[in-house]
Amino acid sequence: MSKDIKIKKGLDIKLVGEAEKATENAIISNFYSIRPEDFHSIIPKLVAKEGTRVKAGETLFYNKDNEAMKFVSPVSGEITEVQRGPRRRIDAIKITADKEQSYVDFGKFDLASDAEKTKAHLLASGCWSFIKQRPYDVVAKADVTPKDIFISGYASAPLAADLDFTLAGKEAELQAAVTALSKLTTGSVHISVGKNSNSPLANLQNAMTYKVSGPHPSGNVGTLINKVNPVNKGEVVWTVNAQDLVIIGELLLTGKFNAERIVALTGSSVKKPRYFRTKLGSEIATMVYDNGVERDGNHRFISGNVLTGKQVAPDGYLDYYSNVISVIPEGDDYEFFGWNKPIFNKISTSRALTFSWLSPKKKYDLNTNTNGEHRAFVTTGTYEEVFPLDIYPMQILKACMYQDLDEMEALGMYEVAPEDFALTEFVCVSKQPHQKIIREGLDLMLKEIG
Amino acid sequence: MGLKQNLHNFRQKNKDKKWLPAFSAIHTFLFLPNETTHNGTHIKAADDLKRTMNTVIMAMVPCLIFGMFNAGYQHHLAFGEITQATGGFFSAEFWTLDNFSVGFWKVIPLVIVSYVVGLAIEILFAIKNSHEVEEGYLVTGMLVPLIIPIDTPLWMLAVAVAFGVVIGKEVFGGTGMNILNPALTIRAFLFFAYPTWMSGDKVWVHGAVEQDQLIAAGKNVDAISGETILGSLAQNKGANYDIMDMFFGLIPGSVGETSTLLILLGGLFLIFAKIGSWRIMLSSVIGALVMGLIFNGVVAQEWITESSKFYGLMSTTFWQHLLIGGFAFGTVFMATDPVTAAQTNKGKWIYGFLVGFISIMIRVFNPAYPEGVMLAILLMNVFAPTIDHYVVQGNVKKRMKRVKAKVA
Repeated sequence: MSKDIKIKKGLDIKLVGEAEKATENAIISNFYSIRPEDFHSIIPKLVAKEGTRVKAGETLFYNKDNEAMKFVSPVSGEITEVQRGPRRRIDAIKITADKEQSYVDFGKFDLASDAEKTKAHLLASGCWSFIKQRPYDVVAKADVTPKDIFISGYASAPLAADLDFTLAGKEAELQAAVTALSKLTTGSVHISVGKNSNSPLANLQNAMTYKVSGPHPSGNVGTLINKVNPVNKGEVVWTVNAQDLVIIGELLLTGKFNAERIVALTGSSVKKPRYFRTKLGSEIATMVYDNGVERDGNHRFISGNVLTGKQVAPDGYLDYYSNVISVIPEGDDYEFFGWNKPIFNKISTSRALTFSWLSPKKKYDLNTNTNGEHRAFVTTGTYEEVFPLDIYPMQILKACMYQDLDEMEALGMYEVAPEDFALTEFVCVSKQPHQKIIREGLDLMLKEIG
Repeated sequence: MGLKQNLHNFRQKNKDKKWLPAFSAIHTFLFLPNETTHNGTHIKAADDLKRTMNTVIMAMVPCLIFGMFNAGYQHHLAFGEITQATGGFFSAEFWTLDNFSVGFWKVIPLVIVSYVVGLAIEILFAIKNSHEVEEGYLVTGMLVPLIIPIDTPLWMLAVAVAFGVVIGKEVFGGTGMNILNPALTIRAFLFFAYPTWMSGDKVWVHGAVEQDQLIAAGKNVDAISGETILGSLAQNKGANYDIMDMFFGLIPGSVGETSTLLILLGGLFLIFAKIGSWRIMLSSVIGALVMGLIFNGVVAQEWITESSKFYGLMSTTFWQHLLIGGFAFGTVFMATDPVTAAQTNKGKWIYGFLVGFISIMIRVFNPAYPEGVMLAILLMNVFAPTIDHYVVQGNVKKRMKRVKAKVA
């Protein structure tokens, strides 16, 4: 069964440096790093001390609030370092990988098992970490049954990895994962695919499929939720990234936690943008330099896409949830009369001597300059043009800023995640950090309401 | 390198100084800053607040230049030095250097005083509160000279600007936080603090006031009437101006408000640039037309007679209200101020309609001074948050209903 979802509000940001559809095996990374900060709000309890040897799939740490929720090693090897920050917070767990990989055998899973067994299996094998929940956009609480599970199989963000390409041939794993997930909800698993796509997710059993079209954020899972069945007060929905279904599926089918993932290397700083087969937590240096980015250049490395990703150092690591590495030029230079001269080489939704409206198909080479300074909210109506959810964006942002919990709740805070505000942040004339404001608002609600 | 590097070094050297915002204001005026994004979106759209404000100023420049010509033209006309330009707007008799220079030397001081006083206060507050100088005053500073009569004394303007910026804006926290449109606050201050100057019929044409004073001193010179169209309509004297002159702006009035044509072009430019809200502009025009029609209806029903003191304005054909007084300028440049207008799209329709509706209502019934745009916009500025509140509540209710439907 499939339905159509068409959105009109939004903005496609077309950038130079789309990945060519060819996959290479990345140089096998010697070091892997898992950072607890990727699992927002989880307090880790370390199991694997420095110097211990682990297999792929063996527990590194568990959730302090729920001992059953394990977070596992993506590779086999030796824990060489546990980096700690202030107040002994764990910043990163570094693993030196073995040449020959060995895996923990979780055993082939019977897909006909009931919800409790499925849940326990996912929790123990580390696959639970791929399941996130709304409200609050955090790793899902295991003791709540979600009303629905949402998966976006359509990546509309700028320079996103094409999921049709990266998931091709993985139908069996995807089906296994979706079947298992469908046991865990009282509602159903909702999957969106691109309208004109050839997605391996399009014909899965035990799921409802939606064909989405329209500009970004049509592929955001938040848009899907809002159009299908928005989250109400007291309800919980889960979301899973499509690429992580493959890891879950493989675990269920073979019993191995195989952290392999196809990652797009994109951005205008990359000489030959293309796809790599690598593992989560691996060093990005294994991918970005060969036929990629010039060393010693002035570039921004981002694990994730240019709207929502995290800045990483050139010797940094691939994020737990990312399937894109974007590299774009830094913009730390002054521009003479940059605020009033006509602009042809940057994107704008206005026509205030900005001319991107003349060439809607052109691909732009944008850098990280903010194009202006931080100001109070002034203009109105600009956010609404790129924000398809039935929520008032500026009002909810302001409610977060003055920390009015009742108003945040009334305006729809349970429905949103920071990434839903990426486009409003991009177009913001006052250069306000929308995603940070929403994240802090969600954290406040999580703390006060839970 | 040169200038760019020197300014950068100077900034680095004085990073901790209190007066840095003052330097920044000038620095960022010359150069788009070298600031980069941190986490969040790593790229940003091209527009910033300076560009937005600059676009509004560009839309006002034709009104400013026309205002200079018109100021000179009205002056010479009133003094009988020239005759009416026969071809109107397109006549070379209007666009003379002589007209321009009279206007130029009267208007430029107004612009300078408005900017110097206003920006100085903005910079002082920026330093005091250690934040950057925000760009809001760029537009306000240009609006002010365009909405005041040509013969406004500079000292009065300076006092009014100081009042408007401090009380109208800074006490609320500066740009983006104010309730009332600062430019209109300045104008309202002028009109209520110095009513004898401002509400007479002399101040609209350069030289008319001085002439009056000479007469009072016993000199034998002719009195000059600087009356606006609204002024004479309010006294049931009828308007002696051609519709075309009203549309093109060859009439007495505040410096920039007279040319409906140029305001219309400015408005279309702002709508095209997606800076000005077409919802507010359109709904305000609709509101004004509706009120005008109601008044015309009252006259047609003969509920009032020619002896009524409202007859002159009430009987004015409804669409002509758009051409006279400050309606067009107020609608395009003042009612659309995003900070003080309604902020939701639905709210903008309601807000704009009421601005237009109440403008014409006050214009007709105001006993002291026959114009209502300023007061209507200030009034609606106060009500805009209320309008938004109810629009947003609509969204909130929808959300609550969803929960109830589940429970039931």
